[in-house]
Amino acid sequence: MPFPPIDPEIRERVRRLELPFNRFGYDPYGISQEHLAQFFTALAWFYRGYFKVQAFGVEHVPARGRGMLIGNHSGGVAIDGAMVLASIFLEKEPPRLAQGMAEKFLGKMPFSSEWTLRLGQLTGLPEHATRLLLDDRLLMVFPEGARGTAKLYKERHSLVRFGTGFMRLALETKSPIIPFAFIGGGEVMPTIFNAYRLGRLLGVPYVPITPYLLPVPRPEPCEVYYGPPMTFRGTGAEDDHVIEGYVDEVKARVAALIELGVARRKAGDRSSTVDWSAFGAPSGAHYVSPLCDDASSSAPGSAARAARGARGKGGARRAAAARGAR
Amino acid sequence: MKVVVTGVSGILGRMVAARLAAERHKVIGIDVRPWPDAPPGVEVHVVDVRKRAAEDVIRTARPAVVVHMGTLTQFTAPTEERERINLDGTRKVFEHCHRYKVKHVVFVGRHTFYGASGDSPLYHTEDEPPVAVTKFPELTDLVAADLFAGSSLWRYPDMTTTVLRMCYTLGPAKHGTLATFLKGPMVPMVLGFDPLFQFMHEQDVTSAIVLAAKSKVAGVFNVAGPQPVPLSLVVRVTGRTAVPLPEPIFRRLLGRFGLPKLTPGAMQHIKHAVVIDASRFRAATGFQHQIDEVQAMEAFRWA
Repeated sequence: MPFPPIDPEIRERVRRLELPFNRFGYDPYGISQEHLAQFFTALAWFYRGYFKVQAFGVEHVPARGRGMLIGNHSGGVAIDGAMVLASIFLEKEPPRLAQGMAEKFLGKMPFSSEWTLRLGQLTGLPEHATRLLLDDRLLMVFPEGARGTAKLYKERHSLVRFGTGFMRLALETKSPIIPFAFIGGGEVMPTIFNAYRLGRLLGVPYVPITPYLLPVPRPEPCEVYYGPPMTFRGTGAEDDHVIEGYVDEVKARVAALIELGVARRKAGDRSSTVDWSAFGAPSGAHYVSPLCDDASSSAPGSAARAARGARGKGGARRAAAARGAR
Repeated sequence: MKVVVTGVSGILGRMVAARLAAERHKVIGIDVRPWPDAPPGVEVHVVDVRKRAAEDVIRTARPAVVVHMGTLTQFTAPTEERERINLDGTRKVFEHCHRYKVKHVVFVGRHTFYGASGDSPLYHTEDEPPVAVTKFPELTDLVAADLFAGSSLWRYPDMTTTVLRMCYTLGPAKHGTLATFLKGPMVPMVLGFDPLFQFMHEQDVTSAIVLAAKSKVAGVFNVAGPQPVPLSLVVRVTGRTAVPLPEPIFRRLLGRFGLPKLTPGAMQHIKHAVVIDASRFRAATGFQHQIDEVQAMEAFRWA
């Protein structure tokens, strides 16, 4: 008898996941239906009962095919990651499994090694990310990395430097990027200080210290906003400044989503509808980066003209300048 | 077609030879172990592959293909002996093949080449380096043999070289590293670790090797069939009992109470997966496995 007892609704959703499970419920990466059912039963309780997470714009996440969920860490520990997994699994029809990239130390420790693999959260290696995307899976990436989880309470709505690896990966595998913002992690785990030395003793990167000392999450409401998908065109072998331009665009999107969430919080807006018009594209439509060479046909307006003018010698630099002037 | 098979008297060697003979190929086997009841169409020479007599077999037979299966793992021979057979043997076979103008050589290697570790990727491709060298010293000679075999791709450009990195075998013959590990009724596992194991029924393993010998594809290929499954499932479906032990206790108990003996390097293979991507082989040869992972486990159990 597993603990907690598996919720029949969750079991049904696991059964409806469109993954190639074998007769015993294992997919080729070792993802297990049984483990998923146990995990999501527990997670659904946190999602619905404890944190009361609200998800907006889930329709922006593609129902099938590859995609990269790119978002912010909002402090404390990886509760944001777990709640994003839960929202994609619980709120999408048909349910989908988002696959994150686990920290390396998790793969080397007992139990976490077993569970991360059974839940499809493979070790964070570029090989894994590429393979999963080419296999039309949904990848969840926090480009802030461990720098992002270590945010203190006062930094909870800020963004630290985005890594650029995800963008090269998206271009290489031609994957759409679904930007998202997670709001509330800072309140859940109000970190005043990160104990790195204690972490080293325990074999983890750091231990967050809260006003009540223990890193126990508090039952605070959280929201997650999924923005319209963004498409970038290229090969992934572009120069750094080109890639950084694209990354900045995604980062700006994530920042805008955070702003939207924070503004709704301040206004006390708990309605379930969000006005996406500020995000350029109608619900479900793809946003194509105006910085990309052949974007002119699909992205109307001045940005596209700037991109057209910027083609050729020194194009990317001029495009970046045009973006700055915008 | 005339085929020389080294290591012919091993369980897999016999199956490959028998399959080739059944397809009306002329098979000449080389092994230090005799095979008294070899089927018609298989001629066995009880000689050491490193000795002159083995060279004579290749010189006089002038085969179209040589399938080199005469390598050993740590479970079957002591270190020194193993190193001599795996390294010197492989070198000699390739030299003889070059000297006597054999058109095609197939080296049958192992997927453990890639090594097991907590931070290595699932689904290794042929382009990856042999992490086994650092993680599992007992595998060094097999890794070296594999790399040496691969070097004949540039060393002997006139000759077609095929290097196969086979996943584990599991089936009624109860042959191979994985079968040896699952021999007893109780199978030790490291508590909190449940790695994926990738294996193929011996009939499919035989088909893959025979297909490689016939299709004359040059290069290095991972060979696997069905999807990998966690060790706990292998233990369950093969009717064994898993004994999960915390790692420090595990190390002390190995080799006692009917538990298998394992070197420290082998421990990594019980904690972490070695899983290969075999799409290159499938694309080059059209190989398709016939027996899935569940059938293979059940066939092993009920044999």
